[in-house]
Amino acid sequence: MEKEWRTIMTKEDIQSALRKMSRQILAEHSHLNDVALVGIRSKGVELARRLSMIIQELSGALLPIGAIDVTLYRDDIGGSSCKPVLKKTEINFPVTNKDIVLVDDVLYTGRTIRAALDALIDLGRPKTIKLAVLVDRGHRELPICANYIGLTVDTSQDESVKVTLEEAGEEDGVFILPHPEETRW
Amino acid sequence: MFKRKDLLGIQELSREEICFILDTAESFKEVLTRPIKKVPTLRGKTVINLFHEPSTRTRVSFEIAGKRLSADTINISPSASSLTKGESLKDMAKTLEAMNPDIIVIRHPIPGAPHFLAQKAKFAVINAGDGAHEHPTQALLDLLTIREHKGKIEGLKVAIVGDIIHSRVARSDIFALVKMGAAVKVVGPPTLIPPLIEKLGVVVEYNLERGIADCDVIILLRIQLERQNRLFFPSIREYSRLYGLTLAKLSKAQKDVLIMHPGPINRGIEIDPQVADAPFSLILDQVTNGLAVRMALLYLILGGES
Amino acid sequence: MKIIIQGGRVVDPANQTDGLFDVLIEDGKIKAVGKNLPVGQDVRLIDARGLLVTPGLIDMHVHLREPGREDKETIATGCAAAAAGGVTSLACMPNTSPVNDNKSVTEFILRRSREVDLVGVYPIGAISKGLRGEEMAEMAEIWEAGAVACSDDGRPVMNALLMRRALEYARLFDFPLISHCEDLNLSADGVVNEGYISTLTGLKGIPAAAEEVMVARDLLLAKMTKGRLHIAHVSTATSCALIRQAKQEGVQVTAEATPHHFSLTEDLVANFDPNTKVNPPLRTQADRQAVIEALADGTIDAIASDHAPHTLAEKEQEYDLAPFGIVGLETLLSVSLTNLYHTRKLDLLTLIAKLTVNPAKILNLPAGTLSVGSAADICLIDPEKRIVVDASRFYSKGRNTPFHGQELKGCVVMTLRAGRVVFPRDTAEAVAGER
Repeated sequence: MEKEWRTIMTKEDIQSALRKMSRQILAEHSHLNDVALVGIRSKGVELARRLSMIIQELSGALLPIGAIDVTLYRDDIGGSSCKPVLKKTEINFPVTNKDIVLVDDVLYTGRTIRAALDALIDLGRPKTIKLAVLVDRGHRELPICANYIGLTVDTSQDESVKVTLEEAGEEDGVFILPHPEETRW
Repeated sequence: MFKRKDLLGIQELSREEICFILDTAESFKEVLTRPIKKVPTLRGKTVINLFHEPSTRTRVSFEIAGKRLSADTINISPSASSLTKGESLKDMAKTLEAMNPDIIVIRHPIPGAPHFLAQKAKFAVINAGDGAHEHPTQALLDLLTIREHKGKIEGLKVAIVGDIIHSRVARSDIFALVKMGAAVKVVGPPTLIPPLIEKLGVVVEYNLERGIADCDVIILLRIQLERQNRLFFPSIREYSRLYGLTLAKLSKAQKDVLIMHPGPINRGIEIDPQVADAPFSLILDQVTNGLAVRMALLYLILGGES
Repeated sequence: MKIIIQGGRVVDPANQTDGLFDVLIEDGKIKAVGKNLPVGQDVRLIDARGLLVTPGLIDMHVHLREPGREDKETIATGCAAAAAGGVTSLACMPNTSPVNDNKSVTEFILRRSREVDLVGVYPIGAISKGLRGEEMAEMAEIWEAGAVACSDDGRPVMNALLMRRALEYARLFDFPLISHCEDLNLSADGVVNEGYISTLTGLKGIPAAAEEVMVARDLLLAKMTKGRLHIAHVSTATSCALIRQAKQEGVQVTAEATPHHFSLTEDLVANFDPNTKVNPPLRTQADRQAVIEALADGTIDAIASDHAPHTLAEKEQEYDLAPFGIVGLETLLSVSLTNLYHTRKLDLLTLIAKLTVNPAKILNLPAGTLSVGSAADICLIDPEKRIVVDASRFYSKGRNTPFHGQELKGCVVMTLRAGRVVFPRDTAEAVAGER
């Protein structure tokens, strides 16, 4: 199996992609005081943290970070055989009137983002919500697109895209695996 | 992971399953603090609360839990309902099944009634208390409350005080606490301690002061006022004098002892008002945690059902 | 018509016979038991090689439910169940509706069972009027009508004075009072044995002492009155010890145990199956073993089924609501062989005695023996054949048995009542056609 993994981003690629995205976020938000990063559990949270560090380095501004668990908002609950493990949503700031940048690792069908939008809106009324993803692999099933993209890659639906991060005890990297995603979610 | 169709008792749960339920419940506590306390998870699911015994606390808790998850919750009290009047539990199961609910939460005065219902029907069954047998959601919320305040359960000394023999809370708490590695003492007059309870892994103590000495947690049980007529003890007055928990008696326990009670409390009988209202009394935390635990169970039982 | 049962192992405890013999039946009576009996003309041969040939079994504790609860069982279905269980004589308890506390009910039962004409039915009358435990039933009238004992079975006689007087009064007829030993105050609303299982399940317990205090009381009263006492369904170790001691002291006491009490324990109750609900309740392993020991040493004289049929609707309820009782006629022998004979606790002569001659003696029945001249009530048994209990195929209307699905070793092959095959039924009908 290991041999069939195809690397599409190395550690350095991820690093420079995140720097590029950070600069774009800074360029598009003049009032940094109102900007907050919300990562989608679990890899989106790690990426949000890295973006925040880069943004601090570039601008000196320390953006608040939240974590959101979209499990309770999934549209396949009761329909799939898997019971997703529920984790905590931790957003320790009011979202109302904030410019939220939602962060996730891979953008695929768009269903996770739909759930995350619903979950966020249940917490308050953000001024804007934008989306940052490390990889956009296409095959959208909902009218959703990302504002900040690390890498756009053509994939087949028979493949899956895997992001590994140091925070989870692995090496940084993005790979294409030759089998479909376990859930189309 | 949790792969059961029903939750009938703590006895059949593994330690891993219990931990998983508690972790899930902890995540749900966050939902309870939101301005919009409702999530869409169980939209279109139907939860029927079938309560054969009067109960406000548990029924309301399940009802709110279901509603916060966007399930449709319906309450039926068979004694007051022409839907089920005079009907056997078997026929009631068939009637309910025809309405195609997803989950039945049952409270029943007879041990084993939820097991009977679960055998007869396709829907999922949650035991909300069956006679003196089990009250699994109460035990789970007790564990969650203890874990929240003590950071752990293993190694703690817990005393369960009062009418052990008639208490489903006592049985479920004993199964749960022993499984999680707590040292459990049951404390009460000999008439209210069931035979061979030591075989469940607990120590029996008749004297309250000795029973609560060194304890980290004291779980008080409600004394049913009518028991004195069945010759279990001479009078409420004497019971209260021997087993009512007062601040003075509490001085024998650990300094950071926690007091819990499944409610409703008999103020001044098994618990002195000063103890009930003290900061170390977690009676209201238990109520909040009950919601989280019941949301977690509804989610775990219905959430992944195919 | 003559029948010869050829080549079977005859086990007849009444005559201390155990060996390979032929049995000749003529005009419904035993004509001869011997080696190589000559086969004349017009003789039906029954090949019994490999089988046991015993006297027809006697079940001294049966609830036939008729009159009154024909939905649970009738005299016809109960007798058919008896025949299928190898039972050719049964004694039926008086807790019918109306109660068998007068001669018209006794006579009704006898008349109905003669019409059914499958097995011998011996009514047991009530000790107290209406089983209310207040005043004595008219025992002489019931005795004259044909009752073989009196009992308030299903309920105890709580009033010790009434029990004392009844024991004294029954000496008039030399017939036993059968005591259902249960102190109702102690058993309270209990439904299972009080002990580990009641603690585990929260089901209300019936302490062993609820039975034992009444066994002790009745033994003392029997000793005082010199009346004949029979203790029904002994279920605890202490009851066994009390009876053993009383017998040593010469008290006129006999006792019976049921197959479920010497085979099953309270552990079975943990799944809340109402088919395990019985009174007295299934007890502990130690009690079960004590009952077996008491059977082995003669403290307990008889094995009786306490056949207690109920409807499916009654048993398919919450544990507390389901009625007490287990059907036993059709599993009596198989369970006894499996748990007493094949486990080498009792030898065959001892086991068969507890199912034949011993209950016959207790109730003064003209049955339970293969003596020449006695009625040809005979049971043919395959002691090694394995069967799986299937309650749905019972002749009894009752399906309430915790033995359903259990594999047992040994079963009834054929039952003859007064020389006529009453089981299996197809043979029975064929034989009836010949007559």
